[in-house]
Amino acid sequence: MKDFILKRISAIILPFICIYGFYVILHGHISPGGSFAGGIIVGLSFIAFSTVYGTEKGRSKLPEKVLIWIESYGTLWYGIMGMVGIVKGVPFLANKLAGINLGEPGTLSSGGLISLIGIGVGIRVASTMVTLFFTLMEEES
Amino acid sequence: MKIRNLLILLVALLASYGMLIAAAELPPYGIPDNPIHNQVSERYVNGALEDTGVPNIVTAIVLDYRAYDTMFETIVLFTAAIAVVITLKSWKKAGER
Repeated sequence: MKDFILKRISAIILPFICIYGFYVILHGHISPGGSFAGGIIVGLSFIAFSTVYGTEKGRSKLPEKVLIWIESYGTLWYGIMGMVGIVKGVPFLANKLAGINLGEPGTLSSGGLISLIGIGVGIRVASTMVTLFFTLMEEES
Repeated sequence: MKIRNLLILLVALLASYGMLIAAAELPPYGIPDNPIHNQVSERYVNGALEDTGVPNIVTAIVLDYRAYDTMFETIVLFTAAIAVVITLKSWKKAGER
């Protein structure tokens, strides 16, 4: 698209949307929201960017290799976090049972494994959205 | 053909009558003594903060009590994305333009 106003306005707004998405992911355990919703917001900022500036420019911001990397290792990250329980001798994906310090409720570092798992889930939801968009928008050549 | 249509109407009426009788037996909405308000939801509401240290009960359920569910949910998302990429991406062979 070649609309000047659209480009300027989106250049001002989109970084804040992206940062807000990361805020929702990171504060998923102490405020309304969560990793799925935050991941959708982060993915949406990239989708809106590539809708306004063209798919080629959006693809150069997030290359395919990076997306595939995030997607695979984000899924693996969940399993690694679950292994913490097995290493400590309690069931898979245990949190309080594994003796992890839960911290003071309401602070950003509280919740033990929950916040770490939430970061992984949020980032890979975002990468899934962007991957689906790029694949569906691919021009036939 | 006419008789068959009448039979279908009869069967449908009978089935809907049975379902309406079953719906009339359902407990009223929003009563605290309903069978769905058992000890599971009580445990979640009262013990989530103590068990997980997280004030957001939805996150506590999704990422702690039901962590297996969320794990395979992300695997379903991963599989869906991989399937879409495999089917819709235009794979170019080497040398083809």
